[in-house]
Amino acid sequence: MVKEKAVLTGMHFMSGDIACAEGAIAAGCRFFAGYPITPATEIAEHIASRMPKIGGVYIQMEDEIASIAAVIGASYAGLKAMTATSGPGFSLMQENIGLAAMTEAPCVIVDVMRGGPSTGQPTLPGQQDVMQAKWGSHGDYEIIALSPCSVQEMFDLTIEAFNLSETYRVPAFVMADEVVAHMWEKLVIPPAEEIKIVNRKRANMPPEKYLPFMPDDDLVPPMACFGEGYRFHATGLTHNEYGYPRTQSSEVQTKLVQRLCEKIRKNADKIVRAEENMLEDAEVVVVAYGIVARAALSAVKKAREKGIKAGLLRPITLWPFPEKTLAKAAENAETIIVPEMNCGQLVREVERITKSSRVFHLAKLGEEPHSPMEIFDFIRRKHK
Amino acid sequence: MRIEIRFAGFGGQGIIKSGIMVAAAACLYSGKHSVQTQSYGPESRGGACKSEVVIADDEIDFPKVTEPDILVVMSQHAYNSYAETVKKGGTIILDPDMIPNEKKLENVKIFRVPATKMADELGRRIVANVVMLGAFSAITKVVDKEAMKESIKANIPKGTEQLNLKAFEKGYEYGEKILKG
Repeated sequence: MVKEKAVLTGMHFMSGDIACAEGAIAAGCRFFAGYPITPATEIAEHIASRMPKIGGVYIQMEDEIASIAAVIGASYAGLKAMTATSGPGFSLMQENIGLAAMTEAPCVIVDVMRGGPSTGQPTLPGQQDVMQAKWGSHGDYEIIALSPCSVQEMFDLTIEAFNLSETYRVPAFVMADEVVAHMWEKLVIPPAEEIKIVNRKRANMPPEKYLPFMPDDDLVPPMACFGEGYRFHATGLTHNEYGYPRTQSSEVQTKLVQRLCEKIRKNADKIVRAEENMLEDAEVVVVAYGIVARAALSAVKKAREKGIKAGLLRPITLWPFPEKTLAKAAENAETIIVPEMNCGQLVREVERITKSSRVFHLAKLGEEPHSPMEIFDFIRRKHK
Repeated sequence: MRIEIRFAGFGGQGIIKSGIMVAAAACLYSGKHSVQTQSYGPESRGGACKSEVVIADDEIDFPKVTEPDILVVMSQHAYNSYAETVKKGGTIILDPDMIPNEKKLENVKIFRVPATKMADELGRRIVANVVMLGAFSAITKVVDKEAMKESIKANIPKGTEQLNLKAFEKGYEYGEKILKG
């Protein structure tokens, strides 16, 4: 029964977590399974209050393993589905994230990063899961991961995560941090008809012609949903176009796993997003994402005031990483600075792409993200 | 213009909510840019807690407070941590019954508002933060009084409007009174 509007068009003052929940609903998400965890609890809490009023389903599962399993099931049954967690829950989900990648189940996973490892610092921010997002489950596969830096982006990028997940049939991650999630800021929700929504490519051939894992030219197979009358076999084992296990075939394994990677790699130019600030003549390029990017922008402006030609590259897609944008920005840069709330993760990607020996990482752990002054001082120290 | 405000106390006093209500008043009802961030411990109630608000005419890059113009403080522990972080010439609004031991501070204006006692007199200690918001509005004038009242109404449980607005008015009157000296 629908009792409330799904899209709350208008201007709001909201927290990042609540904006994320509203973004999911606006994107068409009608199934959420999760297990509460700080600092992502408010996403589940808000969705639990909204779903019954808009004809959707909220289930609190017994843990995060079951949560992601339920999400994959809902996705296969035809709904847009999401879960939200933090580091400890994200670790538990990794096996089934691999299952979602292997069975090409579109789904969205929000990880509001707090301080780790293990249960770490539940109420404090971190950026320590960004490599886990890329490499967390075993085997070769590709995913898409987005990094919001404002309440508005918690809304916008959650919608984008659904759109990309539906387009490429991959798990898509919203890699937020505690500050962005708990921060309250202005959020503008546009009219429903102005929000771009992408739905998965559906099977439209007669059921006897349908092969569930036969890709189109874009490497993505059209998807039938369980119960629609199409014969459909899905498995985590290496499978052929019929969905049947072929555990001894080098040919099937090569074809399948390469396609799982290539459907993202070959479309990277279409997926990748980055914000470029004052990079045209930048001698110092700061690469920062999430809440740290906002401190970095302040620091870069301050550096400009002091006559240092600094610029900011903010990856909005962490995965795929904006390689070409960085390579171009780095061409004329003398110094590259990567502040992160971890001991050095995305900086490895920056080093790999730029091959520069003048890449410097600025770690920050516990309590607060970097202040603009800390980043500015680091710029001044390293750029001589 | 960039004004930094820090609310501090312990979890359960409505510290985080106070920040949200001020930031929302500035953004939704006064057309300024604002952002609220928070920091609290895993124990939530009873633990140290702070809520920070930045209000500006332009877009706000860094949302955290580094050197507050205004500190509103409601526990001894929070006072000890933050009293000396206030900007030169800045303002501290404190609840003297919650903070028996004050330090000697220079270059700050100090206003003492017995918000917890006043809330008790209204029958509900839980509105002490709203009494404080009344005094805060009167003393600092950072946000318009009517905007503040709209924001409070939008952020409290239904059925408590009368109590909260009364608490706000009491705090506002008290703030005006001590401002005049």
